[in-house]
Amino acid sequence: MAIELSPQSVDVNPPSSFLEVRDLRVHFPTEDGLVKSVDGVSFSLEKGKTLGIVGESGSGKSVTSLSLLGLHKGSRAQVGGEIWLDGEELVGMSESQMRGLRGRKVSMIFQDPLSALHPFYSVGSQIAEAYQVHHKASKKEAKERAIEMLKRVGIPQPERRAKDYPHQFSGGMRQRAMIAMSLVCDPELLIADEPTTALDVTVQAQILDLIRDLQEEFGSAVIIITHDLGVVAEISDDILVMYGGRRIEYGSVNDVLKSPEHPYTWGLLQSMPHLGGDVAQRLNPIPGSPPSLINLPSGCAFNPRCSFKEQVPDGRCTVERPELLPVLGSDKHIAACHLTGEHKAEIRRGATSGAK
Amino acid sequence: MSTTKNIPAQKAGESSVSSQNLLEVENLEVHFPIRQGIVFQRQVGAVRAVDGISFGVKPGESLGLVGESGCGKSTTGRAVTRLLEPTGGTVRFDGEDITHKKVASMRTARQNLQMIFQDPYSSLNPRHTVGTIIETPMKLNGINPEGGHKRRAQELLEIVGLNPEHYNRYPNEFSGGQRQRIGIARALALKPKLIVADEPVSALDVSIQAQVVNLLQDLQREFGLAFLFIAHDLAVVRHFSERVAVMYLGKIVEIADRETLYSRPQHPYTHALLSAVPEVDPDGASNRERIRLTGDVPSPINPPSGCRFRTRCWKAQDICASQEPPLVQLIGSADGHQAACHFPEVKQVVAAEVTPPAPASAE
Repeated sequence: MAIELSPQSVDVNPPSSFLEVRDLRVHFPTEDGLVKSVDGVSFSLEKGKTLGIVGESGSGKSVTSLSLLGLHKGSRAQVGGEIWLDGEELVGMSESQMRGLRGRKVSMIFQDPLSALHPFYSVGSQIAEAYQVHHKASKKEAKERAIEMLKRVGIPQPERRAKDYPHQFSGGMRQRAMIAMSLVCDPELLIADEPTTALDVTVQAQILDLIRDLQEEFGSAVIIITHDLGVVAEISDDILVMYGGRRIEYGSVNDVLKSPEHPYTWGLLQSMPHLGGDVAQRLNPIPGSPPSLINLPSGCAFNPRCSFKEQVPDGRCTVERPELLPVLGSDKHIAACHLTGEHKAEIRRGATSGAK
Repeated sequence: MSTTKNIPAQKAGESSVSSQNLLEVENLEVHFPIRQGIVFQRQVGAVRAVDGISFGVKPGESLGLVGESGCGKSTTGRAVTRLLEPTGGTVRFDGEDITHKKVASMRTARQNLQMIFQDPYSSLNPRHTVGTIIETPMKLNGINPEGGHKRRAQELLEIVGLNPEHYNRYPNEFSGGQRQRIGIARALALKPKLIVADEPVSALDVSIQAQVVNLLQDLQREFGLAFLFIAHDLAVVRHFSERVAVMYLGKIVEIADRETLYSRPQHPYTHALLSAVPEVDPDGASNRERIRLTGDVPSPINPPSGCRFRTRCWKAQDICASQEPPLVQLIGSADGHQAACHFPEVKQVVAAEVTPPAPASAE
């Protein structure tokens, strides 16, 4: 699928890919001003593929995912742009139509399973509810289905555990129950919002394996939202890097992680310690903190934290917003940075020789 | 203190102590009783959160403590700072037994023993200004720094990379990373020798994590601080701590210096932990060994007999159920490398360097 370079697309025809988000904008009016949480984000995703959305808190990654589920309907949020899912447009869809899709076609794994599960109902009945509603199934059928799902996600003694309440489950098991709940209707698009952030590495590895296995089995499209580049590298096909509610880099996992083009992506990669890294070397954090979404810095939103902006002539970084441009030698990889290819090659050479 | 500012910890302690451990924990046990009954409560069991662990931290050294949630690493940190009362064993700090010290006398000991908490949102009082938060420990301990409390607090704010003019602000005006810096400034206010850092960076964004880790490292170098660094992120622990202890279900299963532990782990659990860490390297991911543990950590109310890891271990045999493996140094392993396993192994997980195939045997 080709990527549109202009943020405004006037194409009203349903796209050929399974999910296509075009120029999505989610703005929240507040007393202090308009918070532009998501500002012109586009991406596409085929069935059976995984997209990783990476960014700091406040970069708009969770807001993007909530709009895919239509969860901004009824709030004060102003949602613009288009979301095409399997030939249907979601932004303009009514709440009742959206309800028909939620859980059945699109479903979501939330970050914190303890607050996403209802403490008052047993785990089994919460899982069964979605199935009962969407498939007009009897209570008994739905219950059987719930037990089957609990078994699929690897919970021992599913018949007994279905009657348990969320507080009786451990953190990893709750997350599994959440996954069972989101998969009970075999959704075609699964959104996982930081599914493993609250979990230990061993459980995280189990959950990632589980998502991968289930994806292979059902052929669903998966969007995984995380700030852990390691998780993305492990599970995704494509990566979308967001900063200040905008895309700054987008491409396949290999492109983005092997030859990142945006200084922010470099920063993210350099700021985390690696298991095989040199311990004597200091971590290289990104200075400063994420920008305010009400008053994004002019020009490139990353420019106050960027250490390479002097290398761009005429202070373009602070004046002119960089466009997302295709990276040479790759069909899919795009990045929004004023630095030229020669500059980047030079910086990379400097970085590698400095590391040695 | 009216003496010179920022005394390095090594100088503050006697030079004879430097070879000894600043913090010495022996057979530490923390059990939480489970009670039943309405009027007459009787104890029906205990959650054995920490069940006999021993370790030492030298002055200026950083010891990492890793493990899954529920393994007792935070409880250990709290017992060491005496925020929890140990059930058994001894905690010696700076040559002094503080295991059951009274609250009042504990206050003086805590001058040298501070803590940084995990959650920068709940560990700062929202009704106090930053200045009050940082000054309170000094006031409570009757310390009157040169130039007054305010000046010292502002100095501390500067040390941790905040603007001294933020003295009168409230915690809600700061971001997570900045709040964690306030927590660090508070811990530094009494010029401690040891800081127990309980997951100090896990609540922060990746880019901010690196800032805080660098800050802690600078402080450690500058003031000669010792750290008990509790975290579940193995890469961060490796970066920060010279020695690392791995905990499982209330016990230390392996302890070694970081090079040895990360390149030649002997306990299967350490192996599993290391292999579960997702790595960014798109090429290297495939040639790393993958070990997937099944199931969850067993309940610490009824830990498995013998080796506690046996229920999830792929190497478990009969002996593992009947005999608890002691934490011992194995033949042919590096100095100070101890593991508690009947069938330890020597295999490379992450290491890039070539290691001699050291034959290791338990018995």
